[in-house]
Amino acid sequence: MMTNGGDALIKSLELEGVEVMFGLPGGAILPVYDPIIDSSIRHVLVRHEQGAGHMAQGYAHATGKPGVAIVTSGPAATNMVTPLLDAYMDSVPMVCITGQVAYSAIGTDAFQEADTTGITMSVTKHNFLVSDAADIPQTIHEAFHIATTGRPGPVLVDLPKNIVNPADPSSHFEWVEPTTPNLPGYNPQLEPDRELVRRAAELIIAAERPVLYVGGGILKARGAESLLALAELVQIPVVTTLMARGAFPDSHELNLGMPGMHGNYTAVMSMQESDLLIALGSRFDDRVTGKLDGFAPDAKVIHVDIDPAELGKVRKPDVGIQADVRLAIDALLEAIGELGGADAQTDRTNWRSKLSGYQEKFPLVYEDSQPGDALKPQFVLERLRDNSPDDTIVTSGVGQHQMWASQYWKFDHPYTWINSGGLGTMGFSIPAAIGAKAGMPDRTVWAVDGDGCFQMTAQELVTASAERIPIKVALINNGYLGMVKQWQEMFYDERYSEVHLSQALPDYKMWAEAMGCAAIRVESPEEVDAAIEEANNINDRPVVVEFRTDASEKVFPMVPAGATNSELMVDPSQQNDGGL
Amino acid sequence: MANRFHTVVVKVENKAGVLARVAGLFARRGFNIMSLAVAPTDDGEFSRITFVVDVESAPLEQVVKQLDKLINVVEIRELDPDNSVERELVLITVAVGADERSEVLELVQPFGSDLLDEGDGKTMLSFSGTPARVDEFEELLRPFGITEMQRTGRVAMTSLIING
Repeated sequence: MMTNGGDALIKSLELEGVEVMFGLPGGAILPVYDPIIDSSIRHVLVRHEQGAGHMAQGYAHATGKPGVAIVTSGPAATNMVTPLLDAYMDSVPMVCITGQVAYSAIGTDAFQEADTTGITMSVTKHNFLVSDAADIPQTIHEAFHIATTGRPGPVLVDLPKNIVNPADPSSHFEWVEPTTPNLPGYNPQLEPDRELVRRAAELIIAAERPVLYVGGGILKARGAESLLALAELVQIPVVTTLMARGAFPDSHELNLGMPGMHGNYTAVMSMQESDLLIALGSRFDDRVTGKLDGFAPDAKVIHVDIDPAELGKVRKPDVGIQADVRLAIDALLEAIGELGGADAQTDRTNWRSKLSGYQEKFPLVYEDSQPGDALKPQFVLERLRDNSPDDTIVTSGVGQHQMWASQYWKFDHPYTWINSGGLGTMGFSIPAAIGAKAGMPDRTVWAVDGDGCFQMTAQELVTASAERIPIKVALINNGYLGMVKQWQEMFYDERYSEVHLSQALPDYKMWAEAMGCAAIRVESPEEVDAAIEEANNINDRPVVVEFRTDASEKVFPMVPAGATNSELMVDPSQQNDGGL
Repeated sequence: MANRFHTVVVKVENKAGVLARVAGLFARRGFNIMSLAVAPTDDGEFSRITFVVDVESAPLEQVVKQLDKLINVVEIRELDPDNSVERELVLITVAVGADERSEVLELVQPFGSDLLDEGDGKTMLSFSGTPARVDEFEELLRPFGITEMQRTGRVAMTSLIING
């Protein structure tokens, strides 16, 4: 069957099972947009290409399927750089199709030309520049294979216009079904080494103060059930990093919550005082370890990761296991059973009582607002949590609101928390929420956003309105770049430099309404529940609830930059209780 | 100092842009590539890159792991200097005309170098050997006035018999 590159691209995407893609057309990708009209794939027309990228990420986070973004050449491709790097840092499976100028024009400074594969080389797991139309089916197949296997990540496919344009003879070719990917340098190792697993099991059984240090890799490996089985068998407490919130139920008694710079006291100190960290799909990020020299000084380390480059990158493991973390946990369960099971373990009564003592003494706290005072952002998050469905998907931007959302939400299901962890991309939440809702239309999706973040990607609410993707936005508006302000207050002698944004400019309610959203403004605690209920009942269009919150609130606990985790600062109200 | 220089051999798919991917991993860390040689292997589907980098062992180990993650990289090895064979080729043109030429050729005779070209008051010679011998060859000719020189960058293979 004769075909052309443009038709072949869309057919290839259909063959990969793509149901929705996020994009915006332009000159170089134009021929590809014609067959989209006849395709089964839903195309969501974004207002800025960065939005398409984050939507693809949100879709992938929520569904586990690869997100697809499609944009034109030049500025569209460069607008995609941030989401690509975001996806790369957080190991999100994503395929991005970019248009390119005609092959013969590459390198001539043609209109809307960018060296897209050169620019995105260091922000993708892999990228392709396709020179021959006949290579499109196989390349797309390989792109999806690379994006979704091993350590997942973004893959970009750059398509010169001539090979997708039916008017150009170089686009014509005889369709050939794609075959098994021919990638001699790419063979992800999934099965764990049994001997290493046995040594890990021995360490676990002997440990007196073990902690399961769980990262986003658990979610990528669809390993939440295996993790639950392991934690319950060995009765070892679990900390879930920012990327792993929801991988282990927050309501489970073994869950200590989030560790790290803004982790809770018990989670942070459990790692500091541990004699065995069992790192599962986590990567010893600097926001988790604090100053490395002082991180978990007495702990041996078992590190399981599918990416061998993570083993020993930051902390040398005593047992490093390169494997799919779900398969590794299953093997661990078996090995622990062979060594006598849970009964063979060291008595850990003291460890458990020490940790529960910490939990009792240093819970997450904030001071309730007095009548007439400004609204507390933590209170808003608590009410939102308690008044939304149990399986609500929460996305967030980056900053204080992100930390409060992670701290105060109770995540009891995997794939309900979507944020920009590694790259820390402000403006992530709204497009990510749209992507998540497009993939999971029956679920409530709340985008928790800050006012700084909102102004970076709010235009995608137009997309949400036009495409009838009814997300809900909880805008925590404190009129500041809050996290930066917090640092200036604490570490720069309250010298506030360029952090004030204003709560009233822009008028968020009018802006949201102008974008086709329902909009509610909340200024006092008494209005919170009613506004959330109203928002939860609006399902025919997006809704923005603007919460005007107390700008003086800070995120605690906090490990100051450059300090060890033992120097964790708890809330000021707890600082006389022995906390720093 | 000697242990800062590492010879790394990478087998890659013989495709456009692969060298840039490999070099980029060094560049982003500010590691200088001292020497580089690339050519297809006996199987034209693959190329073999030999490069020498000036870097301490610990960061190199991390780069090697990152290199291995590149989709187009098939195999990667660091060569042990005590158990490998290295060669380099140099072409040198010196400002030596017909009157001095026999003197120079006699001088370089122990190297077994080749006379490649002569004329315009100059002499072009080539030599291949260990990098250290190539250094010696270069220094020997320097007093005559080097007008142009190109070294290839070293190529290396593991020795056939490995010493302890």
